Amino acid sequence: MQFKELIVEKVKEKFGESLQDVNEFRGDLSLTIHKDKILQLAEFLHNDSELAFTMCKDVTAIDWAVRKNRFTVVYHLLSLKNNFNLRVKANLENEPYTIESVTSVWRSADWYERETYDMYGIVFENHPDLRRMYMPEGFEYYPLRKDFPVLGIPGSLPLPNKTE
Amino acid sequence: MGLEAKLTQDGFITTTLDAIISWARKSSVWPMPMGISCCAIEMISAADPKYDLARFGSEVMRFTPRQCDVMIVAGTVTYKMAQVVRRIYDQMPEPKWVIAMGACTSSGGMYRSYSVVQGIDQFLPVDVYTAGCPPRPENLINAVMAIQAKIAKSKARDYPDVPLTDLGVIKN
Repeated sequence: MQFKELIVEKVKEKFGESLQDVNEFRGDLSLTIHKDKILQLAEFLHNDSELAFTMCKDVTAIDWAVRKNRFTVVYHLLSLKNNFNLRVKANLENEPYTIESVTSVWRSADWYERETYDMYGIVFENHPDLRRMYMPEGFEYYPLRKDFPVLGIPGSLPLPNKTE
Repeated sequence: MGLEAKLTQDGFITTTLDAIISWARKSSVWPMPMGISCCAIEMISAADPKYDLARFGSEVMRFTPRQCDVMIVAGTVTYKMAQVVRRIYDQMPEPKWVIAMGACTSSGGMYRSYSVVQGIDQFLPVDVYTAGCPPRPENLINAVMAIQAKIAKSKARDYPDVPLTDLGVIKN
């Protein structure tokens, strides 16, 4: 059995209906999971001795600019043991846009989740330190959301006073 | 210049205080290398032996603002960095000048973005803008020469001696 099929079989067996979609595009496997199950899936993929996805390479999000199913959170995982990359997605259907943090499974997810929070306003629950990453504290907007103007909102970021 | 000949004849020359101060001032303009991004590489180039900014008395790049005369802002200034640039500018002693080096610094350049200040003249008094992305070292030398020309025309009394406490830089 190929490793890809093994992953799908194992996850399907454990999560059943919560595994919403399995997609393969140009050799990259993507699993779409219900957002409530993301932490369990993370623990399973990390702790299973055969799968051993010990590395979280990236956490980011997609803004689809629609009212329903607005955001998708995307995780990129690597199994060093099997030299295999896996993409996990979770759809956030409606407000509030929150999802469980996977920092307890992968420490590297800490800053990725902070960045995603900073840029998209997605709240990662039980994150140890969910502060803004790039934008200053007190900034009220989320720059990578599609409804944010590219040149920003005038006056929202402080500038030093002009010299006389 | 014929100055030596004059001195051997009479032993003195007559000039104005403004002229002699400006002449002395313009010949050693020490830059503050505010190298924030890729323009900094060209700024370093300008100071190296090939382009040799030392010919214009500006080879002494000082990394403390308290010893600088001209701030070369070389790179993309973000809103976060703007606070730092201004803080360093405030610590430079008067008289002081600012060169906005390159497209990003002058106008935001290709970064038409929420995070980049669209021109540092929004918070700094810029004396010379330099075109280019990044400008060639010759262009920066030209900017330094423009600053020299500006200083040559200035008068000593244009720059009153303001105590640092009045500038709000240091307390007590």
